[in-house]
Amino acid sequence: MNLEELKKLKDKAQRQVALREGNKKYRVVFSMGTSGIAAGAREIMTTMLDEIDKRGIDDVEVAVTGEIGLVDAEPMIRIEEASGEKVTYAKVNAADARKIVTEHLEKGKIVEGLAVGKVKE
Amino acid sequence: MKRTHILVCTGTGCTSAGSFQTRDALLAELEKRGLAGEVEVVETGCMGRCDLGPVSMVHPDGTFYKNVQAAEVPKLVDEHFLKGRAYDKLLPTDPETNHLIKTQADFTFFNRQLRIVRDNCGIIDPEKIDEYIARDGYLALGKVLTGMTPEQVTDEIKASGLRGRGGAGFPTGRKWELMRLAPVNPKYVVCNADEGDPGAFMNRSVLEGDPHSVIEGMAIGAYAMGANRGFIYIRAEYGLAVKRLHIAIEQAYKLGLLGKNLFGTGFDFELEVRIGAGAFVCGEETALMRSVEGRRGQPQPRPPFPAQRGLWGKPTNINNVETWATIRPIILKGAKWFASIGTEKTKGTKVFCLAGKINNTGVAELPFGTTLREMIFEVGGGVPNGKKFKAVQTGGPSGGVIPEQFLDTPVEYETLQKLGSIMGSGGMVVVDEDSCMVDFARFFMEFCCDESCGKCPPCRVGTRQMLNILNRICAGQGELDDIQKLEDLAAMVKDTSLCGLGQTAPNPVLTTLKYFRHEYEAHIMDKRCPARVCRDLLHFEIDEPLCKGCSLCARACPVQTIARVGTQKKFEIHEEKCIHCGACFEVCRFDAVKKTSPGMLVTA
Repeated sequence: MNLEELKKLKDKAQRQVALREGNKKYRVVFSMGTSGIAAGAREIMTTMLDEIDKRGIDDVEVAVTGEIGLVDAEPMIRIEEASGEKVTYAKVNAADARKIVTEHLEKGKIVEGLAVGKVKE
Repeated sequence: MKRTHILVCTGTGCTSAGSFQTRDALLAELEKRGLAGEVEVVETGCMGRCDLGPVSMVHPDGTFYKNVQAAEVPKLVDEHFLKGRAYDKLLPTDPETNHLIKTQADFTFFNRQLRIVRDNCGIIDPEKIDEYIARDGYLALGKVLTGMTPEQVTDEIKASGLRGRGGAGFPTGRKWELMRLAPVNPKYVVCNADEGDPGAFMNRSVLEGDPHSVIEGMAIGAYAMGANRGFIYIRAEYGLAVKRLHIAIEQAYKLGLLGKNLFGTGFDFELEVRIGAGAFVCGEETALMRSVEGRRGQPQPRPPFPAQRGLWGKPTNINNVETWATIRPIILKGAKWFASIGTEKTKGTKVFCLAGKINNTGVAELPFGTTLREMIFEVGGGVPNGKKFKAVQTGGPSGGVIPEQFLDTPVEYETLQKLGSIMGSGGMVVVDEDSCMVDFARFFMEFCCDESCGKCPPCRVGTRQMLNILNRICAGQGELDDIQKLEDLAAMVKDTSLCGLGQTAPNPVLTTLKYFRHEYEAHIMDKRCPARVCRDLLHFEIDEPLCKGCSLCARACPVQTIARVGTQKKFEIHEEKCIHCGACFEVCRFDAVKKTSPGMLVTA
C-alpha cells in the first residue's frame, strides 16, 4: 500500500459514509403517501437512486415524506437546494426520473417541462 | 445505492440492552417490507448515551432514537422508512422543556460536546476498515512515513501540548523524545487498555467504536520513537473490544497498513494484542509490562523508567488508549489547531464518563476547562428525581470527592489535584443526598484493598486496616480516635506504598474526611447515618394512620418480623428480629414505612 493507493481506496469508500455526514447540496423528497405509492413513487425512487449511483453523484440525499396534497399529480418529487430554492416535479415517470438526475442534480438545470412550481424561501 | 442508513449502536452498553436483536429485527422487517434495497443497517460503536440503549441514529435525517427494542422495530420501519416521519414514541425528550427531540443536533447532550477522539465513534462500522479509511483513516500514518522525520513527528506532538490521558498528565511529546533518544534497540510501544476504575468506560468505548484510530496512533508513535513492535494490553472482560481489535489488526495487515515496509518506506511495524486477567494493578505501567512478558503482574520500583528499561529490559513507551487515539487528529490538523483547544496548561479534549446519580449516563467528550457544573448539570442533565447534588467522585478509586461549593472549578489536571482529587481516567461518579459518604469511601477502600497485589506491606496491610476501621464506623462501632487513626494510616499508605495503587488509595477517605467530616462524626459519636444508608444504624417503623393493611411489607420481609397489630387490619414491625434490610420500605406504596436513623439517644 502506498499513499496513492490509500487515497484511491478512500475515494471509493467515501461514498458509503458520506451519507452520514450531512450538508448535501440537494435533498430530493418523494411524496410517499398512499396516493404516491399507488402511482408508483417507490419504483420511481428506486430508478432515481440507481441513476444517482451510476453517475456517482455525492451531493444528494434522498428522503420520503407523506402526502403533499395534490393527489392527481402523483408521483411528485420536490428538490430542495441548500440555498433554499425548492422545485417540485409532478407526474414523474421512470424516464423523467433519470432526466431529472442528469439535468437537475448533475448540471443544476431545472427540467422545465416537468417542473410545476418553484419557490425561493 | 441506499438512500438512508440506520446506525445501530453495538457498544457493550447497548448490546447488553439487546441491540443485536434489534439489528436482526431491522434486517428482517426491511426485507419483509421490500425496503432492503433502500435502507442500510450499520453497526457502530458507542454513541454515548448508554442509559437510553439500545440507541439508534438515522441518516441523513439525523433522527436519534432511544430504547429501540426488537419489538418496536416493525412500527419504527412503518413510520420512519415507509411513511417518512419520525416515530415519536422512541424520540428522547428534553428534560427542561419536555419537548420531543427530533434530531441529534437539538440534543444538548450531543451538541455541547467537542468530538476529536470519538469523532468516528457511532458513525462508522468499527469492523470495516473501508469506513475508517473513508474518514481519512491511515492518512496521518502515510503523511508521517512519507514526509516527516521521527524528530519532526515528536516536535509536532510536543508543540500540540498533548498530555497523557491515563491520569498523570505527563507531556506525551517529552515522553516520546526520551524514548527516541534512547540508544538501545529494539524498542517497544505499548497501549495501556487495562481500564478498571469503577464507573470508567471511555477507553472501551473508543476501542469498540474506532479501533483503527488507536492502531494508527501507535504506528505513528512507533515510527517517531524507533520501535518496530507494539502491544495492546487489554483486559479479558472487554470481550467486544478484544474481538474488534483482532478484526481491525487483521484488516490492517491485509491491506499492508501493518507489517513490513509500510507505504513503501521500509518501516516495519508489528502489532499484537495481549490479554490481561483483569487485575487493577496491571494498569500500573511496571506491573503491566511484567504481565505482557507473561509474568505475575506486580509493580517494580522506578527508576529505571520504562523508557530506560522496559519490556524484556529494552526501552518501552506506554500510552493510554485515548492518548494514542489523539495522535491521528493532531497529525492531520496540526499542533496549532490542537493547542487552540482547552486551557493554558492542558490542551485538547477529554472523554469523560458520567455515571452514578445523574440523568444522562454515558460517554461525553469535552474540552479541558469545562467546569464541573457544566459537565454535570448541562451535559449530564443534573441529578434525577429532584434529589440534591452532594458530591462528584473524579478519577475512580484513586481520586477523591468534590463537594458542591467547588462545582465551578474548570476541569484539568492541576485544578482537581488542588482539591485533593485527580483527573485519573476521567470517570465522574455523581453522588446525591441519599448517599452516605462514609459508606462511599468504604466502597472504594474495599476495591483497593481487594485489588492490592500484596507486594508491599503499606498497601497490603494499610488498606486492610483502613477498611476495618471504616467497616466498624458504618456498623455503629466507631471509636472516638478512629478519625485520627484513619488520617495517620492514610498518610503512611500514601507515602510509603510502592506504586500508584497504594499511593492514591487513601484519596477517597481523605477527601470525604476533608469535606464531609460531620458525617463521620455522626456515625461515630451519635451512631447515626445522616443519609440513612448504613444498615446497622437504621430503624424501621410503620406509621399506623398511613398503613392500609395491604400486607405487601409482611410478605416482603425475609425474616417474618412484620405482623398484624393484634386483631387489627394494620401491621407493625417487631424490632428485635428486624435485620434493617429495607425490603418493607421499598415495597410500601403508601409511604407508611418510615426509615430513620435516630441515633443512640432514641434506640438506646
